[in-house]
Amino acid sequence: MQSSTVPLFPEQASSFALQVDLLYLFLTAVSAFFTILVSGIIIFFAIKYRRRSDAERPPMTVANLLLEITWIVVPLAISFVMFIWGAAIFFKMASPPKEAMDIYVTGKQWMWKIQHVNGHREINELHVPLGKPVRLTMTSEDVLHSFYIPAFRIKADVIPGSYSKMWFQATKPGKYHLFCAEYCGTKHSGMIGSVIVMEQSEYDAWLGNTKDSSLAEAGQKLFKTMGCVNCHSAQSDIKGPNLEGIYGKQVRLQDGNTLIADERYLRESLLVPNAKLTEGFPANMPAYQGLITEEQILQLISYMRTLTPVVTSNTPSKASTPVTQATPKPEATPAPKPPANSATTESKPSGSTPKSEPAK
Amino acid sequence: MHSSDHSAHHPALAHHFQDLDQQKDATWLAMWVFLATEIMFFGGLFLAYVIYRSSYPDAFAIASNALNVNMGLGNTFVLIISSFTMAMSVYSAQMGQIGRLVVFLILTLILGSTFLGVKYFEYKDKFESHLVPGRHFDFAHHHDPKTGELLEGAHSESANKATEAHSSGHSEKAKREIQIFFSLYFAMTGLHAFHMIIGAGLLTWLIVLALKGRFSREYNSPVELVGLYWHFVDIVWIFLFPLLYLIGRHHHG
Amino acid sequence: MSAHVIDSQVIVQTEHKEQENYLTAGYSLKSWFLTLDHKRIAILYLISVTAMFFVGGVFASLMRLELMTPQSDLFEPDNFNKLFTMHGIVMVFFFIIPAVPGVLGNFLLPLMIGAKDVAFPRLNLLSWYVYIVGAAFTMFTIVSGGVDTGWTFYTPYSTSSSQTHVVPVVLGLFITGFSSILTGLNFMVTIHRMRAPGLSWFRLPLMVWSIYATSIIQILGTPVIAVTLMMAGLEKVLRIGIFDPNLGGDPVLFQHLFWFYSHPAVYIMIVPGMGVINEVVTCFSRRSIFGYRAIAFANVGFVVFSFVVWGHHMIVAGQSVYSALIFSILSYLVGIFSAIKVFNWTATMYKGSISFDTPMLYVFGFQGLFLIGGLTGLFLAALGFDVHVHDTYFVVAHFHYVMVGGLVMAFLAGIHFWWPKMFGRKYPESIARFSMILIFAGFNLTFFPQFILGYLGMPRRYASYPDEFQVLNIMSTAGGSVLGLGFLLTAAYMIWSLFFGKEAGKNPWKATGLEWEKTTSPPPTENFFETPTVDEEPYNYANRDFTKDFNEEVKVGA
Repeated sequence: MQSSTVPLFPEQASSFALQVDLLYLFLTAVSAFFTILVSGIIIFFAIKYRRRSDAERPPMTVANLLLEITWIVVPLAISFVMFIWGAAIFFKMASPPKEAMDIYVTGKQWMWKIQHVNGHREINELHVPLGKPVRLTMTSEDVLHSFYIPAFRIKADVIPGSYSKMWFQATKPGKYHLFCAEYCGTKHSGMIGSVIVMEQSEYDAWLGNTKDSSLAEAGQKLFKTMGCVNCHSAQSDIKGPNLEGIYGKQVRLQDGNTLIADERYLRESLLVPNAKLTEGFPANMPAYQGLITEEQILQLISYMRTLTPVVTSNTPSKASTPVTQATPKPEATPAPKPPANSATTESKPSGSTPKSEPAK
Repeated sequence: MHSSDHSAHHPALAHHFQDLDQQKDATWLAMWVFLATEIMFFGGLFLAYVIYRSSYPDAFAIASNALNVNMGLGNTFVLIISSFTMAMSVYSAQMGQIGRLVVFLILTLILGSTFLGVKYFEYKDKFESHLVPGRHFDFAHHHDPKTGELLEGAHSESANKATEAHSSGHSEKAKREIQIFFSLYFAMTGLHAFHMIIGAGLLTWLIVLALKGRFSREYNSPVELVGLYWHFVDIVWIFLFPLLYLIGRHHHG
Repeated sequence: MSAHVIDSQVIVQTEHKEQENYLTAGYSLKSWFLTLDHKRIAILYLISVTAMFFVGGVFASLMRLELMTPQSDLFEPDNFNKLFTMHGIVMVFFFIIPAVPGVLGNFLLPLMIGAKDVAFPRLNLLSWYVYIVGAAFTMFTIVSGGVDTGWTFYTPYSTSSSQTHVVPVVLGLFITGFSSILTGLNFMVTIHRMRAPGLSWFRLPLMVWSIYATSIIQILGTPVIAVTLMMAGLEKVLRIGIFDPNLGGDPVLFQHLFWFYSHPAVYIMIVPGMGVINEVVTCFSRRSIFGYRAIAFANVGFVVFSFVVWGHHMIVAGQSVYSALIFSILSYLVGIFSAIKVFNWTATMYKGSISFDTPMLYVFGFQGLFLIGGLTGLFLAALGFDVHVHDTYFVVAHFHYVMVGGLVMAFLAGIHFWWPKMFGRKYPESIARFSMILIFAGFNLTFFPQFILGYLGMPRRYASYPDEFQVLNIMSTAGGSVLGLGFLLTAAYMIWSLFFGKEAGKNPWKATGLEWEKTTSPPPTENFFETPTVDEEPYNYANRDFTKDFNEEVKVGA
C-alpha cells in the first residue's frame, strides 16, 4: 500500500476476491478487444478513405443484412456469458453457508457499531477469523448506509427498519479498509474503519479478552429485566407464545397466514407486537418501539436463538396453545433461510427504529 | 405548394399550420399525449397507494371509514352528470348550436363548482378533525361514524386489557399508518381538485369565446379538447372514489 | 392547453427581403423574450444551458481541487457534499437533459421536417420559461446555502436528516420537469403532424427519430419523477411517512420510483446525442447511413427497454436475487441497441470520402469514448461485479464516459456542425481542432483513472480518502484542468466567430437535408420561402455532384 506505485487491484482477501477479479479481467479483455477493434477500424477507414479531392463521389451504401445480424448476435452471445458469470458469483455472495458465524452490525451517522455473539463490541473495527465463513446481519439507526469491504469485494446497503445480510470468508490475514458506500451526510467519508483478519488462535485470544457478557447472555438479562419472562415462559400467568425454539420455526398468525420466525419477524414483534399476532393469543403485549435500541434487539434475538425447544412431559403450553408449529427440521439452531439472501434485505420496513422521535 | 387554400384565411388558423385540418389533428394528438403524461403522473400516486394499502390494510380500512361516503358518492354523481353535460356541449358545438353550447357549458361549470364546493366542506371537516397530516394530526379521538366506537380499538378488539403503555405503543404505529392514508388521500384528491379548478377555468374561457361567437360547425376543437380533458378528470375520480372511500366498508370483520 | 388554437395573429408572409433572417427579424429584447420562433427559442436555450454548464463546471473544478489531497482541507466536508450535489443537479437537470433537445432539437426539428415552426410555438416558449423558473429555484438554493443530498435525493436522508434547502431545489426540479414534458409533447406532435409533403417516416433524418424517441421517454417518465419529488417534498415539510421508515414509510420505494424515471432519463440524455452523430458522420463521410432501419428501430428499443432496467441501480439495495437477475439480463439487452448504432456508424465510413473537420473529429471522439462508456456498462450489469464497484468511482467514471464522452462530444459535434446554419458564420477551424484534442485528452486523463480508483474501492461522494488513492486523484484533477481549458477555449472562439467568423454560405459542408439545401443560413423566420417537398431517401450523398456550388441561393417564389 505504498502511494508511490499505483496498484491496479485492491488486495485479495476473501474467497470472492479472486472470482471477482477473474470476471473483471475477462470483462476488461473483451472490452479492450472491442475498443481496439472498433477504434482500429475507424482509424483505418479514416486514413484509407480520407477525402483526397472535393469532387469524390463515394458509391451508394450497400445494405448487408448478414453483417448486421452478426453484430447483433455476437455481442448478445458475449453478453450472455457475462450475465451468467456475474450471476453465478452473485448467487454465491447471496448464499451464506449454514455454519457461518454471526456478527451483528448497526450503522449510524457516522460510525459502525459491531457486536460479536459473545458480547464483544467494537466500533469502526471488525475482527474476523481467517478461513471461517462470517455472516453479517446489519441494520441502520438513521439513514441508508452501505457496508463495503473492497478487499473482500462485497458490499450491501444497510437500511433502517430492516435487516440486510452478507457473508464472506477471509483468506488472508491483515488489515483492510471498511467504507460506507452509500452517501449518508456530513461525515460520510469519515464513516470508515478497518476489518482485521486474524488467525483463528489469535482471534480466539482477542475475543476471549472480553469482559462483556455474551450477546445471548445480555439478551437473557434483558429478557428478565424487561419482564419478557413474565409472559413468555411456561410458568407465567399471562400467556404469551412460548419462545422456546421460536427462531426459524413456522408461526401461524391470527389472520391465518404462516411465516417463518426470522430476525425480521422477531424484531417487528418486539417493536410492534400487534402487527402480526400469533394465532390464539390476545393483543396484549406492549410495544417496545422507542424503548429499546437496535443493539438490544439484536441481543434479544440472539438469546431467542439459543432457546432450544424443551421436550419435557409437563409443557402445558404445548397442548393448550398452538404457539408455534415446528417445522420438520430437527436442528434447533440457526438459519433455515430461504436461499440466497446475503446482500439482500428481506423486507419491507417494519416500523420505526428506536431513538428516533416518533412523529407527533 | 404554396398553400393558397381558402381555409388558410380562417381567423383561428395559426400561421405555421397549412390548414385547419392539420391544426386540429395536431391539437388532438397533443391532448391525447398530454393525457398520457397525466396518467403517468397520477400513476405514481396510485402505485404508492397500492403498495401502502397492501402493507397496511387494516389502517387503511379504518382511515377510510373516517371519510364521508355520502359526500363522496354525491360528488361522484355530480361528476358523472357533468360529463354528460360536457358531452352535450361538444355535440352542440359540432352542430353549430351556439346557444345550446353556452347553456351546457354553464351547466358543466356549475356542476364542477358544486364538486369543488363539496370538496371544500370535506377538507374543512378533515381539517377540523385533525386529520390533515402534519404536526397536528390526531386520530386518537376519532369515532367511527357508524358504530360510534373508538376507531383505534376496531383493529384490536381482543385487546381489552391493554394497559396504558400497551395502547400508546400500538397507536403510535397505527397513527403513522393512518397518516399515510391521509397523506395519499390529500395528495390524490388535492391533485384531482387542482385539475378540476383548471377545468373550471377552461370552461369559463370557452363560455367567453362561445359568447364572442368564435365557434362554428367548422371550428370547435377547443370545445372538443376541453371535453376530452374533462372526461379524463372525471375518470380519475371514478377510480379515486372506490379506492379511497369504499375500502373500509366490508373490512370490519 | 389549446390557447394557441385561437391564434388570431395570422402572419401571412407573402413578400420577403433577401437578407432578412430570423436573427435580423427584430433587435428589441421583447422580440427575443416574447418570440414564438423555434430558432430564437433555441438560441435562448443555447445561452441558458451553456451558462448552467459553466456553473456546474465550476462546482466540478472545486470538487477536483479538494480531491487533490486525501484530507478535506479546502472545504469542510459539508461544503464538499454540497458541491457534488449541486454539480449533479445542475449538470443533469439543467444541462444534459435540455441541451440537445432544447438547443439543437428546437432549432433543427422544424427545419429538418420542412415545417414553419413546431406545432405549438407558445407552448415552446412556455417550456423555456418553465425551465428558467426551475433554474431560478435552483440558483436560489445555491445562493442561500445549497443542498447536500446528492442529486439522487435518497430517502430518508433527504427527507429527515439533511438540514439543507431540500424543498426549494426539489420544487425547482418539479417545475423543470414540466418543461421537459411540454417540450417532448410539442416535438412528438410536430413530428407526427407537421412533416413536409413526401417526408415519410423512413425518409426522416435519424436525428428526428432520436428526438421522437426522446420525446416519448420524456412524456412517460418525467411525470413519475415529478410526483416522486412531490411526495418527498411533502414528507420533508409535513413529516408524513411515505419514504421514511421512522414514520412507517419505505425508503427503497423512493429508489424504485426515482430510477423508474432516472434510468430512462439517461436515454433522454444520450439518445439525442446519438441523433447528432448520424447527421455528422454521414455528412463528413459523404455516405448514406448504413442500416437506417436498424438505427431507427434501435431508438424504439431504447424507449421500451429503458423503462424496465431501473432495478440495476439497486442491486445492493436489498431487492430479491431474482429481480436482480431479471434486471441484469434486461440491462444486457438494452446494451445491444447501443452496439448496433456504434457498428452502423463505423460501417457508414466504409468507402466514404472522409474529411477531418471539427464536427467529424468530435464524432471520432464520441465513438471511442461512448464505446468505453457502453462497455463498462456491461461490467456494471454483471451482478457479482457490480456488488464490488457499486457506489464507487467506477460508476462515476462510467457515467461520465457516457455523458461527457458521449453526450457532450455529440453536442459539440452538433454545435460546430450547425453553427454556420444558426449564425451564418464559420468557427475558426484550426483552433477548434486543437480545442477538440484538448477536450479529448483532458477528458481521458480525468476519468480513466477513476475506473481504476473505483476498482480499488474508493467510494463516490467522499470528501476525504485514504492516502493510497492520491496519485490517481491528482491525475484526475490534472486532467480536469485540461478539460476545463478546452471548454473555455471553445466558448471563447465560438463567441468570437459570431462577430468575426467567415461568412458560411448556405451549405458549407455540402450536406444533404432540408435545413442545408432548401434554405439560407441563417434561415428566415418561417424557415423556408416555400414549403419544401421531399422525393428521396435521407443522406442521399451518392446522388450529389460535389463539384457544384452548394451555396447558390435558394430560389425564391414558386
